[in-house]
Amino acid sequence: MSPELLGAWVAAGLTLAIFSFLYRDNPFFKFGEHLYIGISVGYSLTLLIFNFMIPKWWTPLFREGRMSLLVPTVLGLLIWTRFFPRFSWLSRWAFAFIVGFGAGITIPRMISNFIFRQVESTAVPLVSRGPGGVSFGWEDLSNFLIAFGVLSVLTYFFFSVEHKGPIRPLARAGVLFLMVSFGASFGYTVMARVSLLFGRMYDLVEYSSRGYGYATLILLGIMVAVFSAQALSKRREGE
Amino acid sequence: MRVSFIVGLLMSLWTSQVFGVEPPPLSASDLPGDDGKAVLLLWPRMPYEASQVFYVVQGAEEPEGPFEEVTRFPSTSRYRTERRAPFWTWRKGKDEHFFVVRTIGGTPLESSREYYFRLGVDLGEGPSFGSAVSALPKPNWFDFKKLNNFIFMVLFAGVVLWFIGRARKKELFLRRIPGLDAIEEAIGRATEMGRPIYYLTGRLGMSSVSTIAATIILRDIAKRAAGYDAQLKVPHTDPVVMAVCREVVKGAYLEAGRPDAYKEEINFYVTDDQFSYTMAVDGMMVRERPAAVFLMGYYYAESLLLAEVGASVGAIQIAGTDAEHQLPFFVTACDYTLMGEELYAASAYLSKEPALIGTLRAQDVGKAFLTTFLVLGAIAYTLGVWAGIEHKMEYFLDILRDFP
Repeated sequence: MSPELLGAWVAAGLTLAIFSFLYRDNPFFKFGEHLYIGISVGYSLTLLIFNFMIPKWWTPLFREGRMSLLVPTVLGLLIWTRFFPRFSWLSRWAFAFIVGFGAGITIPRMISNFIFRQVESTAVPLVSRGPGGVSFGWEDLSNFLIAFGVLSVLTYFFFSVEHKGPIRPLARAGVLFLMVSFGASFGYTVMARVSLLFGRMYDLVEYSSRGYGYATLILLGIMVAVFSAQALSKRREGE
Repeated sequence: MRVSFIVGLLMSLWTSQVFGVEPPPLSASDLPGDDGKAVLLLWPRMPYEASQVFYVVQGAEEPEGPFEEVTRFPSTSRYRTERRAPFWTWRKGKDEHFFVVRTIGGTPLESSREYYFRLGVDLGEGPSFGSAVSALPKPNWFDFKKLNNFIFMVLFAGVVLWFIGRARKKELFLRRIPGLDAIEEAIGRATEMGRPIYYLTGRLGMSSVSTIAATIILRDIAKRAAGYDAQLKVPHTDPVVMAVCREVVKGAYLEAGRPDAYKEEINFYVTDDQFSYTMAVDGMMVRERPAAVFLMGYYYAESLLLAEVGASVGAIQIAGTDAEHQLPFFVTACDYTLMGEELYAASAYLSKEPALIGTLRAQDVGKAFLTTFLVLGAIAYTLGVWAGIEHKMEYFLDILRDFP
């Protein structure tokens, strides 16, 4: 059996095993699930050792003598103190560093991306100037909707005031804007997911050809036979 | 159009023949506020400039060359006014040209190394160059283009600290979030049915705000679960988050007066791979049929895969995420969804922590400030367009603008 043929059988078998979840929880799905988790953990661990620990820690520290790496080494080891209840408080230093460093990196980026860029896109003119003078066109209507949408959604997310009185209609408009945006996003993503499904289906159809030894058809047949046998035995148990 | 082009070309040629083309004086200096890998070139506007007259910039690593062409552009472009920079670091105008050099011959500039540049003017018969000038790019500690970001952060931090102080002295009002009322119902249902409660903290680590909020909400849910003696399960994708959640759940069981009911296995690690984690949790949900599923924190493409399976097993699902792209899926497949900041608000509301309540109140002040700025900005810009002075409004808008 050539490696390509073997790959096709494995790919078709695992794809069908995962898709079998649509029918019900079954041994094929459990096999695929456990295999996937095992491979992912093994793969991540190998990746961690050979792509990070050896080139970024072991080699620079022990071969090149970069002593500055002792700081992250100690911080990393402090996390392990969680296994010893008497010293587990030391791990807080490492966690404090992780959280503090993360916040320091994130805050300026958040201000840039989620505040300043949004403000720039929203604070735009609501009229345009052309050769014929000042006018209000489709683009200006779009700008107005963006500005009104942002303001109403911001109003919805005020937590210090009840949504009563004049705030209520504005907050309701904010929810409407949110739902329209969610609907568009939902449709867009579902289309992307369907295209992923097409990819798997194309593969399954290809692997059902003679060149691949009818892999999809044979494996699907085995699964259907097992499910039928299971169903029959359950019915007999019931009787 | 064509006539003006020919006239311009003839004028430029005539000027160069009669007066001779003298390249403008070039000044080169380190580009401020960068990592020391760029040089700023400036030179004044000249009378012979036209669209068919080109400026040519050459650079070299040695004073005697060899000089390599860095850029060539029409002399009617790259005025100071075209550079995206804030008014407090950069003077806008059309009296000078600029160019930022980052590479010479495709090789990036190195910091603390001297480079040489010369400027040429090309009227169509090959460029004539002026004398070379040098510059030494150096890294800077502070990027003054981001001064507004820094000031905003400091001011906002001040407002946050002030409100935290106020929240410690007296209770601040927070409006009730509808999804929170369902928590009690979900835990009660799980207890009555004798089925487990699943609590997921999202896909990000402890440096994510949404994960922190998820761990705070977990405290409240674990406390209620301990009180009702309901079975809680928290599958993890991040070992650090798992360690934190163990502490949180342990503390919650202690607070509920049920330390005996606490088990280390409540929090367990699955894998850090996105879809194998999803598949494992889906498999567990199908087998154990939880009565309640909480999906808090940050999620990616696995959101619908998790929420859809939770819905199919008939669990009450309460989601909370600030991942705006995943919100549609939670809104569709869950009974209640805490959208964006509602997740943070929920953590503040449940914990009654002055730090969280104060932060939330400060966020409201920040939102009020931004709302005012947006309204004023839009009005000012609109009036500016009306009066034909919209470029002057740029100065106002620079205050809250991102300058990469």
